[in-house]
Amino acid sequence: MSFFNRISGKKKSAQNAKERLQLVLTHDRTDMTPAALEALKDELIEVISRHIEIDPDAVNIDVAREGREQRLIADIPLKAKTRQRGR
Amino acid sequence: MSAKIVTVTSGKGGVGKTTAIASLGIALAARGQKVVCIDGDIGLRNLDVIMGLENRIVYDIVDIVEGRCRLRQAMIRDKRLPGLFLIPAAQTRDKMAVSPSDMIRLGDELREEVDWVLIDSPAGIERGFKNAIAPADRILVLTNPEISAVRDADRVIGILEAEEKGTPSLILNRVNYEMVKKQEMLSPEDVLDLLAIDLIGIVPEDKSVLIAANQGAPIALDKESRAGQAFRNIAGRLLGEDVPYMDLEEQGGLWKRISKLAGRG
Repeated sequence: MSFFNRISGKKKSAQNAKERLQLVLTHDRTDMTPAALEALKDELIEVISRHIEIDPDAVNIDVAREGREQRLIADIPLKAKTRQRGR
Repeated sequence: MSAKIVTVTSGKGGVGKTTAIASLGIALAARGQKVVCIDGDIGLRNLDVIMGLENRIVYDIVDIVEGRCRLRQAMIRDKRLPGLFLIPAAQTRDKMAVSPSDMIRLGDELREEVDWVLIDSPAGIERGFKNAIAPADRILVLTNPEISAVRDADRVIGILEAEEKGTPSLILNRVNYEMVKKQEMLSPEDVLDLLAIDLIGIVPEDKSVLIAANQGAPIALDKESRAGQAFRNIAGRLLGEDVPYMDLEEQGGLWKRISKLAGRG
């Protein structure tokens, strides 16, 4: 977005089209809807939580584009253990 | 002779495939190449009217496939350029009358006759599309900078990759530079970034395309038309030439960026 658009707070329609297409193409290419991604995230959290302590709210799962390839990126911060150790 | 078979496809209808095929045919023939254009849209034929050859049709592609005529009898010779021919689609049949293997056989026969076979694919991703891509050595995906057309183009590219047809090249049609400048239209950079395939041509929006269609004279015949020039440039690139992208003065900055982008592929 240009500086002008940023300060006026109005997004030009081409930018809007591009952002919408980015999302739609990711779903078309992977056959994965936002709902399916959400379900995957919940299950991942459940499985990982059985083995290691994580903060479910901090988990971020996304599909990244690299050329025509799609990549599932999971960012799962682990909970610090230091406090428990000090107890 | 061993022709190269090039198919133009798009997924979405009405984006300019037929205009592109007619103009690429004209432009290649004007360069002394022997070219046959095939209308792959059985039941909805249109390449004949865009090329201005509709009054000369006797036989069509289904007649060839079903053995009612010889190949050469169905090749309509263009009167403007000696090396240009059209094989029209059948109008009263449907797409199931021809199979992908029929198309491969037809393509192989034509390879011996001409330098280029250009196939106009129908819209969609069904039988007519499958027929059109079956014999192709090279596929050009054509789209507009419209959200629906870009989405369909991406789908088609995905199918072509899944069917191991290789990565197609992109023709971006009907670009309105005024609107791109105002950021009210996806720019060529945006579309290339989204689709992530190589570019072979950018065609500016041009009112003279409609006028040319009215007259049955493909736009590549019009020396004044920018769209016509863009198609002549694509023809040059198909011939393996390193044709620079058009530099439209009022769009200098944008064009320089596009030229750089195009240089990567």
